[in-house]
Amino acid sequence: MSPWAWVLAAYGCAALLVGGYVWRLWCRYRHVSRVRLGEADG
Amino acid sequence: MRPFAVGATAALLSVGLFLALWVSPPDSYQGEYVRILYVHVPAALAAYGAAAVACGASALYLWRRDLRWDFVGRAGAELAALFSGLTLLTGMLWGKPVWGVWWAWDARLVTTAVLFLLYVGCLLVRDLADDPERGRRLSAAVAVLAFLDVPVVHYSVVWFRTLHQGPSISLQGVKLAPEFLLPLAVNTLAYLALLGVLLAERARLASLEVER
Repeated sequence: MSPWAWVLAAYGCAALLVGGYVWRLWCRYRHVSRVRLGEADG
Repeated sequence: MRPFAVGATAALLSVGLFLALWVSPPDSYQGEYVRILYVHVPAALAAYGAAAVACGASALYLWRRDLRWDFVGRAGAELAALFSGLTLLTGMLWGKPVWGVWWAWDARLVTTAVLFLLYVGCLLVRDLADDPERGRRLSAAVAVLAFLDVPVVHYSVVWFRTLHQGPSISLQGVKLAPEFLLPLAVNTLAYLALLGVLLAERARLASLEVER
């Protein structure tokens, strides 16, 4: 494997882990917002 | 404040990435692999920061029993697990080509793995407890105790003979050339800013979930 492949693998891991965490937070925000809106409507 | 903090963090991360991948020269010994350290070291420092926040907030929760401290403590524990996990992964991706092994039973590596497992355990005891209040108390106690591992991780390279290199920046001085120091400093600042934003957002989400 070329040195740049290792470097990109490390940056890819960082992007996946942090991106995955941000995505999870975003999904939970949307879920909570939807439930709150539903409660306000109903 | 939120859009500004998110925008400033994104800008810092972009500048850090540019400096790490385009501006930093290859190291004379490590070659291009030095670029991995611009993620590895900031991730480790962010893990220390998250662990400190988790410890402080958890101690305050145990003392005051105010749920707001629990939200911050939980956010800190999640981010300590995330960043210590990232430190381990990037360390292995650096270790394989440079040391020739993915893993070594070295003091720095083992204490970092213990730190990661402690925060995973901290999150597990919270979710597995039958009584939510008991889960919060147990998790807070684990978060306070887990922080004791942070100085052990940091000083493991001084206290023990290890494969891992010693600190490049200490009270004795800086052993890094400016062309490596600048990307490292900018990326460290970017990761600490990212930690701050994620802590605030995670704690806010936890409070919204309770209000619901």
